[in-house]
Amino acid sequence: MPPSNSAPIADLDRLAGAVEPGMALALPVDYAGVSMAMTWALLARGAGDLHIVNVPTGGMQGDILIGAGLVRSVETSAMTLGEAGGAPCFNRAVKSGQIKLKDATCPAIHAGLMAAQKGSPFMPMRGLLESDLLKFRDDWKVIENPFADSADPVVLIPAIKPDVAIFHAPMADRFGNVWIGRRRELAAMAYASATTLVTVERVVENNLLADELSAAGTLPALYVSDIAVASNGAWPYGLWGEYPTDTAEIIRYARAARTDEGFAAYLAARAADKAA
Amino acid sequence: MPATPREILIHTIAGLLDGVRHVAVGASSPIPAAGAMLRRALNRRAGLPPTRISILGSREHNFFTNGSAELFDCAGQGRIDAFFLGGGQIDGRGNINLVGAGDYPRSSVRWPGSFGSAYLYYVVPRVILFREEHSPRVFVDKVDFVSAPGVTGDHVYRKGGPYALLTGLGLFSFDKRRPGFTLESVHPGHRLDDIAQATGFAFAHEPAPRTTPPPDGPTLDLLRHQVLDELNETYPAFASAMKADIERDAERHDTGRRQ
Repeated sequence: MPPSNSAPIADLDRLAGAVEPGMALALPVDYAGVSMAMTWALLARGAGDLHIVNVPTGGMQGDILIGAGLVRSVETSAMTLGEAGGAPCFNRAVKSGQIKLKDATCPAIHAGLMAAQKGSPFMPMRGLLESDLLKFRDDWKVIENPFADSADPVVLIPAIKPDVAIFHAPMADRFGNVWIGRRRELAAMAYASATTLVTVERVVENNLLADELSAAGTLPALYVSDIAVASNGAWPYGLWGEYPTDTAEIIRYARAARTDEGFAAYLAARAADKAA
Repeated sequence: MPATPREILIHTIAGLLDGVRHVAVGASSPIPAAGAMLRRALNRRAGLPPTRISILGSREHNFFTNGSAELFDCAGQGRIDAFFLGGGQIDGRGNINLVGAGDYPRSSVRWPGSFGSAYLYYVVPRVILFREEHSPRVFVDKVDFVSAPGVTGDHVYRKGGPYALLTGLGLFSFDKRRPGFTLESVHPGHRLDDIAQATGFAFAHEPAPRTTPPPDGPTLDLLRHQVLDELNETYPAFASAMKADIERDAERHDTGRRQ
């Protein structure tokens, strides 16, 4: 779907329809605004063979997509359910070899997205040298700093260009602009990705770019491909400035997903909620 | 009423942060956060320059406005003096493993992942390794996967690295020339032998290492009131558990006195 300057408000299924099998998805860290509403829509859509890029770490959303068998590979700095412990489906998939891993470190993912944002082929970054992370990443290269007088190896991170970025935010306006506040990684994801799908709590009538205060925290419609309203759309994750994380529910998921049967039962219960 | 083991850890962390201008604390790290808050309160009390604290994932204790990349940008410029890292495995050369045990990539036990360690360990001057569990499965001879190395070759850009290792049993410093850890002190109620048995790598130590000093009365008072109240904003469950610990100890203490 091409970016539009006046994105009409869609439903979740239309958003999920933009995700084709084999695509690379950029998904945000737990506290930045996870569109859990899109998780259920993606399950219904069923597009598989996905590559997930966690920006820069992942949790329940990626774990569910992995558990549902829709994921081929994951690039991440960590996968965790926070207080609820490890990500059970991810851990099982690692052990069985079901998913290909690209273990990263947070600033390397930010560097890759920033390269894409600038239209540059790569970004150099410090750190990483003599680690096993670097050893297992044949897509990361080490060069000598061409500006240094003496030996100074530096790691190059290639641009990360996801097909689709998906996140949840408090509000959009009727013109397709999205309020992201100070969660600038959401903008970084959108800049780097070909398509950006956003769910929001609500749509406001006024133009977010008309007021300098709201404009500073706004991702312009230029980078937003499609928007759907999903009330409580980050649940059970929280949304900054809106509602807290439902930790009890994440713990419930963590327990259920310890087995394939429990995971299937959890998904069935969520599907029943949705139908109700 | 004496300090609890957790209060001794918090006080020790505050000591390790002496002179720090800006300390960052990762998400779900209540003890390091409490140590940083105690440092800030001690500086305030002594009229010393303020200590800034950034707690990731907190709204109250976080002044970043440029998303989750800002912490790393800030650290890369030398604007963060101290940070905490843990590890599923830590070895005697200061290598840390946050990825998993066994052969990579199909680890037999998988941990969340390296987070920012493979960058912050290189650029933050005082990295405090903190792991409460002190056992041979954590403190191994050699980690199965190096998320971030304790030391690197001379040509590697390295402004930072391991500064100390704090566990539930003792406090170690790190000597990057050797490289290796030195046991600085043993926490009250534990012995050098216990630590040697629970550690899978060799470390240097005095024949009779000193006991980790507990906080003095006024410091303990600061910790139990001001710091615990501040901590309650970000880690309510942990703060109330600590309060319960202190009250239980006080009751035991009172009962002991009456008998």
